[in-house]
Amino acid sequence: MSFISVKNVWQQYGDQVVLEGLNLSIAEGEFCTLVGASGCGKSTFLRLLLGQEVASKGTILLDGEPLAKEPDSTRGVVFQRYSVFPHLSVLDNVALGLELPRSGLLGRLFGAAKRDAREQAAALLHKVGLDHALDKYPTQLSGGMQQRLAIAQALIMKPRVLLLDEPFGALDPGIRKDMHALLLELWRETRLTVFMVTHDLSEGFNLGTRLLVFDKVRIDPHAPGAYGARITYDIPLNSDRRAARVALDSLKTV
Amino acid sequence: MRLINRRPDRASRLILVLLPFALLLFAYFTGSATRLTENPNDKLLPSAVQMTDAIKRVAFVPDQRTGEYLLWQDTGASLQRLAIGLAISAVVGLCLGIASGVLPLFSAPLSPLLTVLSMVPPLAILPILFIVFGLGELSKVMLIVIGITPVLARDLEQRAREIPVELLIKAQTLGASTWTLILRVVLPQLLPRLLISLRLVLGSAWLFLIAAEAIASTDGLGYRIFLVRRYLAMDMILPYVVWITLLAWLMDWGLKALTRKAFPWYEGARP
Repeated sequence: MSFISVKNVWQQYGDQVVLEGLNLSIAEGEFCTLVGASGCGKSTFLRLLLGQEVASKGTILLDGEPLAKEPDSTRGVVFQRYSVFPHLSVLDNVALGLELPRSGLLGRLFGAAKRDAREQAAALLHKVGLDHALDKYPTQLSGGMQQRLAIAQALIMKPRVLLLDEPFGALDPGIRKDMHALLLELWRETRLTVFMVTHDLSEGFNLGTRLLVFDKVRIDPHAPGAYGARITYDIPLNSDRRAARVALDSLKTV
Repeated sequence: MRLINRRPDRASRLILVLLPFALLLFAYFTGSATRLTENPNDKLLPSAVQMTDAIKRVAFVPDQRTGEYLLWQDTGASLQRLAIGLAISAVVGLCLGIASGVLPLFSAPLSPLLTVLSMVPPLAILPILFIVFGLGELSKVMLIVIGITPVLARDLEQRAREIPVELLIKAQTLGASTWTLILRVVLPQLLPRLLISLRLVLGSAWLFLIAAEAIASTDGLGYRIFLVRRYLAMDMILPYVVWITLLAWLMDWGLKALTRKAFPWYEGARP
């Protein structure tokens, strides 16, 4: 059974159809990259997966269950900007994810529980290469560092799905390369299913195990909003990487 | 060099800061000296000596009737009213602002109501306050609260809306409930903004305080000024005004320092 199945999903705002007739079946552990022209609905699709919006028609199933209608801790997200909390230190930005679910009243842990959360957060921050900046505030970090922090923050929840909305769109090419390496490494280590929206085609081809191209098939010049985008190409990529991952998974389960 | 590109250095900056104050004082004291030479009994522009005498009388000599030191008693009474009023307004304004700025279900009924309420001139309902709450402390504090709470609430509502939706979504993916989201994400981001808003409404708060004291009170800085007005006691009114200004300026400065000290992340994070 597929991990995520998208069944005949439409999304429209008023008369404006953004997505039409999406059908997809995604296996667990897939790294999907979403590409397409601006305004063709890739980010909208990501928001549907996130639960930030609800599809006008159709259903999205996660592990056979309909997707929750609001964001929750099963799906992590990294946006291009505003992904981290400016009022918390780097360490607390990550530890927050451990504090919130465990303390419903204050959203805050104390004493040994707090130390424990901070230690876990520090370990993860070490992995993304931020161990020198634990006490800094996000505004004191460079753009690349902020995105590393955002990724660590999302991963501390051990989500099953990670959604990335042009996470490296604002970064320099060199930094972007480093981030790609980091992301692939983290993806290999976890059983994460990743959806990543990108404007950069080469990024899409390099990173993904599956490339989804969004495009409008039908265009009515008199009513630009009448038809939405579909997935026009669905290309399996980097089969070696996928195979390696499947092999690793089978080893782990033995 | 264009005027827009010319900047004062440290020394000339200090001179430029002090210059208008010096000019004001100079203009006053020349005027005062001229009038007093023409008529030594002139009360309109008292000299520095006369004002110092008046200050000594109210600040360091106990009042003959009550045995209190008037200036300190007035200051204490006024500051207490102001502090209670500001504290209540801050808490209520914060709650209303957050509720209306973050929760759409609360925003629908609250936001238009706040807009309308903030248009009611507070002084126009001062008589109602006196009728409802009596002439005691409560009505004076209530005037401050009613005067500045809608302003604070509307400002904080606006600031809460300016928090990027990405952050609210992110907090939900980190397992926050509405309550913990407000507690750990919205509230901490609004607190520095609250201090800034408080600085901005400080002037109005003093205005309402002095208006209330002028009309019905038995002590307080505003009361004293309006009381001695009957004797044309400018030698007392002017130091009182300076004293009020100084207090207001100190409060403003204190709030500014507190913002910087308590929220070091804020300066850099401002969009």
